[in-house]
Amino acid sequence: MDFELMGQSLPQLLKGTLLTLELVGLALVIGMAVAVPIALLRVSKRRWLMLPAYGYIFFFRGTPLLVQFFLVYYGLSQFTFIRESILWTVLREPYWCSIIALTINTSAYTGEVLRGAIQAVSRGQIEAGLALGMSSWQLLRRIIGPQALRLALPGYSNEVILLVKSSALASTVTLLELTGVTRNIIAVTFKPVELYLLAGGIYLVMTFMATRVFVFVEYRLSAHRRPAVGTV
Amino acid sequence: MINFYGFGGTLAAGTWMTIQVSLLSLAFGLFFGLVGAVAKLSRFMPIRAGAGLVTTVVRGVPELVLVLAVYFGGSVLINNVLSWFGYQGYVEINALGAGVLAIGGTFAAYATEVFRGAILAVPEGQVEAARALGMHRFLIFRRILLPQVWRYALPALGNLFLILQKNTALVSVIGLHELMRRASVAVGYTKKPFTFYMAAALIYLAITTVTSFSLQLMENRAARGVRRA
Repeated sequence: MDFELMGQSLPQLLKGTLLTLELVGLALVIGMAVAVPIALLRVSKRRWLMLPAYGYIFFFRGTPLLVQFFLVYYGLSQFTFIRESILWTVLREPYWCSIIALTINTSAYTGEVLRGAIQAVSRGQIEAGLALGMSSWQLLRRIIGPQALRLALPGYSNEVILLVKSSALASTVTLLELTGVTRNIIAVTFKPVELYLLAGGIYLVMTFMATRVFVFVEYRLSAHRRPAVGTV
Repeated sequence: MINFYGFGGTLAAGTWMTIQVSLLSLAFGLFFGLVGAVAKLSRFMPIRAGAGLVTTVVRGVPELVLVLAVYFGGSVLINNVLSWFGYQGYVEINALGAGVLAIGGTFAAYATEVFRGAILAVPEGQVEAARALGMHRFLIFRRILLPQVWRYALPALGNLFLILQKNTALVSVIGLHELMRRASVAVGYTKKPFTFYMAAALIYLAITTVTSFSLQLMENRAARGVRRA
């Protein structure tokens, strides 16, 4: 075991970790913004609204993330009109391609989680809301939204952990996040055991922390299910 | 008809390799998942703790890192161990073995929890009844536990298998000539990345769709002894 090398590489790996966190953070925020409308379209009763959302979720959940990365990063360059458009300044950057691929992927999975949560809100409450004369927007904001968010939490926490792990694929499109930095150092030093142990450890810390955060959030959001203080 | 520039056969060969890798990893993962579950239910604390540690680590690390670590790190480790015993040659893990180990290992780590829950879901009284009939432990496992564990575990295992099939694409990174790798090679010759990666995507989609359809049939069959509510 070359502990000296591990110590020397740690600062570089931590720099890569920052980029990993940046990718995950951005993909989560944009992904959620995409997932909410997708989920709402998916539960629509109008087929022409529901089918595109269904197709989106079906395609991006049914294909490997690596293919999605390659389609965005390499695939789009096949079209001259994309290469000549203003979009190309963004689409030739591995950084933006990674964010696009991760966002699309996580929004499909999150959309499906949200769909389940929306459909799990009990029918009687929606009817009660309708009986009180609420518009569908009011129903969504006051009745369905808050409960669906709570119901979606366990599924969503799994998705966040999967996304942290998925971000490693950005290294395949030459981005130097945690895995990319690790592979680079190994290419120079050829000490795979030490460096993968180190990188694996950092990923473990990240996924563990994500788990703890969600346990805490879930605890806070289920206050109504706990006995009141002093009654037990 | 789409033009594959003569690489259609290559894609077909890659698809066959992808199917082989996923089935091998599945067999590996099912076996070690069951072993892991039995270990987690063991009466001996060190065995339980060891199984818990392994599954936590494997589930917390990206699959891509696992594939790379097994392939590159595994070779180094094996050669170090061999040199202690005085062996001077160089041994290399092949891409197929490393892929099956990493992808099947991930499946096993998740399947351990699934099997553990399913074993606990079988009523204790049935095991006692079997013991009263004089069955020994292996026979109880085969006749009483396994058929029911299968029914309880199948839906979750099916999801894990769909994830496994998509994870096999990662083995292309260490050079195994499965679907993804073949598509990349074709792209190298033809400079048509979208055509070939989209073709690969659609083949994966077909594989996962057929799988989830078959899983539904298998779930129905596994539950044939249970009355519907």
